[in-house]
Amino acid sequence: MSITILYTIITLSAIGATAAIILYFVAQKFKVYEDPRIDDVEGALPGANCGGCGFAGCRAFAEACVKENNLDDLFCPVGGNDCMTDVAGILGLEAVKKDPRVAVVRCNGTCEHRPKTNRFDGASTCAIASSVYSGETGCQYGCHGYGDCVSACDFDAIHMNPETGLPEVVDEKCVACGACVDACPKDLIELRKKFPKGRKIYVSCRNKDKGGVARKACKVACIGCGKCEKECKFDAITIANNLAFIDSDKCKLCRKCVSVCPTHAIIEVNFPPRKIKEIPKKETVEN
Amino acid sequence: MLKTFKLGGVHPPENKISANAAIRQLDIPKTVFIPISQHIGAPSVPVVKKGDTVKAGQLIAQSGGFVSANIHSSVSGKVKKVDTIPDSSGYPKMGVVIDVEGNEWEEAIDRSGTLVKEYSFTSEEIVGKILENGIVGLGGATFPTHVKIVPPKGMKAEMLLINGVECEPYLTSDHRVMLEKPDEIIVGTRLLMKAMKVDKAYIGIESNKPDAIKLLKEKVQGYKEIVIVPLKVKYPQGGEKQLIKAVTGKEVPSGGLPIAVGAVVSNVGTAFAVYEAVQKNKPLFERVVTVTGKGVKTPSNFMVRLGTPVSELVEAAGSLPETTGKVISGGPMMGKAIASMDVPVTKGTSGILLMESAESKREKTLPCIRCGRCVSACPMGLEPYLLQTTAEKQMWEETEKNNVMDCIECGSCSYTCPSSRPLLDYIRYGKSSVGQIIRSRKK
Repeated sequence: MSITILYTIITLSAIGATAAIILYFVAQKFKVYEDPRIDDVEGALPGANCGGCGFAGCRAFAEACVKENNLDDLFCPVGGNDCMTDVAGILGLEAVKKDPRVAVVRCNGTCEHRPKTNRFDGASTCAIASSVYSGETGCQYGCHGYGDCVSACDFDAIHMNPETGLPEVVDEKCVACGACVDACPKDLIELRKKFPKGRKIYVSCRNKDKGGVARKACKVACIGCGKCEKECKFDAITIANNLAFIDSDKCKLCRKCVSVCPTHAIIEVNFPPRKIKEIPKKETVEN
Repeated sequence: MLKTFKLGGVHPPENKISANAAIRQLDIPKTVFIPISQHIGAPSVPVVKKGDTVKAGQLIAQSGGFVSANIHSSVSGKVKKVDTIPDSSGYPKMGVVIDVEGNEWEEAIDRSGTLVKEYSFTSEEIVGKILENGIVGLGGATFPTHVKIVPPKGMKAEMLLINGVECEPYLTSDHRVMLEKPDEIIVGTRLLMKAMKVDKAYIGIESNKPDAIKLLKEKVQGYKEIVIVPLKVKYPQGGEKQLIKAVTGKEVPSGGLPIAVGAVVSNVGTAFAVYEAVQKNKPLFERVVTVTGKGVKTPSNFMVRLGTPVSELVEAAGSLPETTGKVISGGPMMGKAIASMDVPVTKGTSGILLMESAESKREKTLPCIRCGRCVSACPMGLEPYLLQTTAEKQMWEETEKNNVMDCIECGSCSYTCPSSRPLLDYIRYGKSSVGQIIRSRKK
């Protein structure tokens, strides 16, 4: 009885030892070297796997970081500058600082501003709607309002406002990964520079029609009049195809363009109410 | 036993309420809007400018490539502008706007109604006339006819199929053309046969048009090479591939053109247009359009100048009923709802359907219950439920692998779905996305 147990133990141990030796040599022979820094870099990344960096997930981004000699073209929009400094520390490289960005929806065509001319009852996604026709209103450039951007967002940062029928971005949650930018078939969403206190000034319109046509379709359309371009002292505003565009990297938030815009297409967000300037009294000369 | 295609198909209510309305000439409108892209292929290039005086039948836009077609003025008058005009999708498209003055035609056009049976043209001359007069397929797909009837190198046409099926519910324009212009259709068919150098032609007509079958059978006596084939009623028998299968029993291979089995399919309306182009020198600038719908006062078939706004047609058929929910260009199965009533009639407009608001609304979309009705309805043997899912998830490789490009967009799947799922919407989306991927791969 005891001999049987003994033989069993000896046999199994022998098999185990032989297998271990074989496995050791096989492992040596077919060893795949992986840079240990890839794991470190991946650990430093947020792990959102959103693809905002342009790579297929955080691991692929980490591999790219380790492979490259500099970090000029690599940036994780979710982690931001802090995260990239950590990555640079691990790799002994220098991080490139970038201004944080935030998604902005450039359409203000609410039901009030942009009357409906027809009704769509097909599959309710923007991609399908825009491939079959121009939209429920007279503006072919405006928001469809079926929320492709909302379903594209992994961070719960964009929601439809049922009152306006337009998507709204929650600045605190937005990581500027650009998923919504790609999802919008009308190219309405832009990643703009994030200013302190959530302040923003932008042209909330993408209508490239001539002024009269644009205005007829939507009360708050940009008519391309060029007043804002003349007013801007920082060369931040350009007009192309009957449409103004404010470059957020050049904008200094002076708000002058907002007040000259005749259709209120330029919007200011999170600014304190303006002080009403006192009109200087004309000195009357007493005769 | 009547012939039909085997795979799939549905039987929507026919509703051919305008079948007995003879073709009426619609009054020429005050202004016409003629788009420069009324066909599949490259848009034409305008050759007139603002202020030019044009006559009906005058060339206003030159064919812009191999697969493209000439466009002629449908009225006489002055060119108001060459600018963007409304399109059925709502997106503005380039077009020529002409203010109508009088009704002068080009001198070369024979305006008499006399039937010209005899001809002594060579094949090349016929193709040349078809090309010059801007003839495209009038069944709806608007493929340029001069391209279709000249087979690509290495292929040989064996037979011509004339499509008089008109399987779309409501529409009756082809039916009326067959009843009122049978001799012209026969001459047109013979011209097409001559151009293609084939000696066999079949005219397929569904058995719900017994009057047309009887009339054409009488008219083809004496022409042994033309055979009238009555077909069992089933949608979408008017699809090229379905018609070929029904008439000849041959199956067009996946991704192939009908010419792969030696067949070329042309609509009866096209045969009539070919007759007019070759024998009467008349460019394609008017066509028969059905205006119909359950609420329409006088469902009619009009001979309409191209570029006439849809609102004029509706007005002539007794104003827009208040109960209208949708205005559709084409039939209820394959037609497209139009975004505005200012949209003009083009070469591909076979009908205007005013759908009652109650029947036009889609039912609420419910989850797929895996009943397989869409699979058994699909005339191309595809799996619509699967294509819909893969397109929705944007799995383009899977969508392509499941032969999305073979879909003929007949809408049988959406029609038959008990859960009212938007199958065709997603499949079309999948088709356009996969098509883009395939094109970019070739570059």
